[in-house]
Amino acid sequence: MEPKIVIDSLSYTFADGTRALREINLQIRPNQVFVLFGPARSGKTTLLRLLNRLSDLTEGSQISGTITFNGRNIFAEGTDVITLRRKISMVFAVPTPLPGTIRDNMTYSLRMAGIRDRSVLDDRTVTALQQAALWDEVKDRLDDSAFALSGGQKQRLCLARSLAMQPEVILLDNPTSGLDPLSTAMVEESLVILKQKYTVIIVPHSVQQAARIADSAAFMLNGELVEIGDKDLFINPADQRTEDYVTGRFG
Amino acid sequence: MSVVTPRQRVLEEHRQPHQIPDEEKHSTNRKERVIEFIIKLCGVSAIFIIALIFLFLLREGLPALTQVAISDFADARWYPIEGKYGFTPLLFGTLLVTAGAVIIAVPLGLVTAIYLGEIAPTWLRDILKPLIEILAGIPSIVLGFLGWLVLAPLIQKAGAPTGLTALTGSLILGYMALPTIISIAEDALYAVPKEYRDGALAIGATRWQTIWRVVMPAAKTGTVTAIMLGIGRAIGETMAVMMVTGNAANINNFQANIFLQPVRTMTATIAAEMGEVAQGSTHYSVLFAIGIVLFLITFAVNSIAARIVGKQSRSRGSSL
Repeated sequence: MEPKIVIDSLSYTFADGTRALREINLQIRPNQVFVLFGPARSGKTTLLRLLNRLSDLTEGSQISGTITFNGRNIFAEGTDVITLRRKISMVFAVPTPLPGTIRDNMTYSLRMAGIRDRSVLDDRTVTALQQAALWDEVKDRLDDSAFALSGGQKQRLCLARSLAMQPEVILLDNPTSGLDPLSTAMVEESLVILKQKYTVIIVPHSVQQAARIADSAAFMLNGELVEIGDKDLFINPADQRTEDYVTGRFG
Repeated sequence: MSVVTPRQRVLEEHRQPHQIPDEEKHSTNRKERVIEFIIKLCGVSAIFIIALIFLFLLREGLPALTQVAISDFADARWYPIEGKYGFTPLLFGTLLVTAGAVIIAVPLGLVTAIYLGEIAPTWLRDILKPLIEILAGIPSIVLGFLGWLVLAPLIQKAGAPTGLTALTGSLILGYMALPTIISIAEDALYAVPKEYRDGALAIGATRWQTIWRVVMPAAKTGTVTAIMLGIGRAIGETMAVMMVTGNAANINNFQANIFLQPVRTMTATIAAEMGEVAQGSTHYSVLFAIGIVLFLITFAVNSIAARIVGKQSRSRGSSL
């Protein structure tokens, strides 16, 4: 199968000279859950933010290498960043509902993309909330403030908000960091459904979570990609460093 | 139930509060109470002083209501020497000049704040922000000079019968309110969590959409405060306005463009006439009555602001 995203010798340096990523090479196939895991400060989030060019917001950083999405280099001159972000959308570790009602949150992205038709907006809202396993909890209070939701509900709202755009790739940066086990399980379950339609790239909360949800996985350490593999990576890692991390000897 | 597991015992032990020696407890309590009392005193005295100011205004101003008929206040002429205390031209002058200043300063100030906070590169912001804050410190009398010597001739050249008009006052006041509005609105925008911008951008918002639909609503409290403080400055300003508005308490012969006629504001009237009235005379208490009206206007502006801000924070729910 054609890879959805190809990362080719990607390096990234922050303005202060810190090298966050070194020579990353990676291929991500469509319709799977791809897990990027590793200890803190290993460059996982930086890599995620590069994938939809949210990294543009960081002043003074330097990028070399390419990221190819659907056959085109996203750093190429003339790339429409807005369209790119509508196709590769992102959910963050801290749930960030935008000011307004639940319905506002769900339709922000659509209205910003110029969709005005009420029936389309309602349709997408319902579908996306169902996909994010939130519909049953909020269907009677769509016009309440989004800030009145619980932490787990807020995070699923952010996920649903991304899904409403009908993207191709969803980036999840530790989406269950602040969630209780039950909400975590709900998010994890929804991933199984989501990968039928989308490509999911996720930075997990823990190695255990990584092992539970991964179709493919990549282990990162100090800005380097140590090892790539499928579920087997968690049982029979080839690299000693991966084994030490997976078995809990450091990290 | 008599069996106590080791775990329960440990929990039980931890539930006991640590014993604090009695002496120590007393001294910390007393210290706490003294600090609490000082803080309370400061808070209460602020309210107390404001109440005293208002009482003083009432005492000096209320006699005006018994000495001058209400209908006389509605008169269009302000000739205190002839006993005509028509208040409308002054109110009109203040409202006109303030409205003009707001129309000029609010859009300009907000757009500048957005530029500084959201669009300008960091190094430019670091230069511009302190410069703008210095502008806020220019004494109003200096701006009065500027209006008198530079602005007024320009306006006269542009075709007004005189350069000392409501428009001149509005421009100077707007200019005075700008630094306040820019600085506080920019602080409010700056305080909006980065996650909001990321969140909006990550779902495909353009920079402008992010600013307009996400950052601005999130910063509403601060921007409203900025606008209100700006308006407050415009209403209360005296000297600069006195120098450039012509000080004609006159609304009888309207010009085609009301902004191009001389006006007199309430503050300028008090400042100009207070030094010449006999204490306790009718004129004296009428001036204080004007002070009461100014006080009430400021109070109203603040209450409206508080309402807008209050609604915002309620609709945001308890988590913010």
